[in-house]
Amino acid sequence: MNPQKLPLSALFASAAFASAASLELPQLPYGYDALEPVISQKTLMTHHTKHHAKYVNTANQLIESGDAALKDLSQEQIMTFYQDNIGLFNNVAQSWNHNFYWHCMKPGGGGEPQGKLADKITHDFGSFGNFMDEMESAALTAFGSGWAWLGYYQDEQKLVVVKTTGAGNPITDGIVPILTIDVWEHAYYLDYQEKRKAYVNAFFDKLVDWEFAEMNYAAFATGKEEL
Amino acid sequence: ARPPRRAASASVHVRSSALPPSLSKSAAAYLSSAPSGGAHVLPDLPYDYSALEPAVSAETMELHHSKHHNTYVTNLNASLEKLDAAASAGDASAIIGLQGALKFNGGGHVNHSLFWENLCAKGSSEAPTSGPLKEAIDARFGDFEAMKKEVSAMTVGVQGSGWGWLGFDAKTGRIEAATCPNQDPLHATTGLVPLLGIDVWEHAYYVDYRNVRPNYVNAIWDVVDWSKVEERLVAAAAK
Repeated sequence: MNPQKLPLSALFASAAFASAASLELPQLPYGYDALEPVISQKTLMTHHTKHHAKYVNTANQLIESGDAALKDLSQEQIMTFYQDNIGLFNNVAQSWNHNFYWHCMKPGGGGEPQGKLADKITHDFGSFGNFMDEMESAALTAFGSGWAWLGYYQDEQKLVVVKTTGAGNPITDGIVPILTIDVWEHAYYLDYQEKRKAYVNAFFDKLVDWEFAEMNYAAFATGKEEL
Repeated sequence: ARPPRRAASASVHVRSSALPPSLSKSAAAYLSSAPSGGAHVLPDLPYDYSALEPAVSAETMELHHSKHHNTYVTNLNASLEKLDAAASAGDASAIIGLQGALKFNGGGHVNHSLFWENLCAKGSSEAPTSGPLKEAIDARFGDFEAMKKEVSAMTVGVQGSGWGWLGFDAKTGRIEAATCPNQDPLHATTGLVPLLGIDVWEHAYYVDYRNVRPNYVNAIWDVVDWSKVEERLVAAAAK
């Protein structure tokens, strides 16, 4: 593995990203009611204190009872090197994914990115509108539980939209996550029922934290990308 | 009176290798001569939306049937139209490209059609105490409770979206417990004939049970139509 790609944890500003040895349920960056009415308090509480918490607890149990080596690895390393261990991968990845997802939202979010990320989106997708079309399509066509991502593909130095199923995370394909939206049904069912499109639209209209995405891009862009 | 049962045995046979021109013409002919002009239809439920309470609420049943299942039917029909066009044109690449949508939507339609039919109001069906289903359960699992425990554990353990199943293995003549991810249909995926399906996509239980899938799986046993399960077993074993 290219050592520059790992560990991501060192490069995220939030202290919530940590190594596997101290896998903890991070606090939400905002109150449980902060994203109302787009995402209800009921949903955030269930999503965080039940779903996310269970992934963290199960991951800890599996790390505790697994290879001694696991305790010295970062979450990203476990996700990369233990993909065949389905239980371990799923729970560590889902812990990571959810932590990342909380930071991709904020009260009063929405709008469009600024600065270098905005330029790069225009360069790689043609326009922000084109990017949004791809992102929405990815979010709506995940067959079953999954995630849609804006990521930075380091080998080709370009932004990509990818969708993953289940616990999938694009870092296993060498793509650095910039932004994600959770499209497991538990993320939106209480508030939107089957209307996934309404949830995805509301996420981008009202919640998305582009500053977080800009920060993630800035951490990995060398500044030498062709524009 | 119960409306006529339809669509429970709907199946889509698709070949994923290149079709020679003579075959592609007949595939198109088959598709347009199929029932309903080739279009699948959302089957009526054999009961009202509220019939499965309290195990499954009327709100869930209505969303699940009129929204989720309906969407699979709509998208299956759309995919079949595209398949028809691709087959007529002998376009193997396009045919292959449709596989994901066909499996997902076709599987969704098949699975849900089976599901509605193997459920009934609480108290209107009892676990078998004699007969071929009881014998098959005992032979494979020891007894009914053991079967319930094993199927429940496997079904609760599905990662993400999927289904738990009791199926019939024609090769061994025994029933088996199985799970499939997403909407992968049991028979096409494993060769087992579906007898009993339990949907554990979150939409099947989230309104009523939120994250507590085990409570939903526990409750669904109260509304299983055992006579239907046995009917399927007898039919499968007779082939």
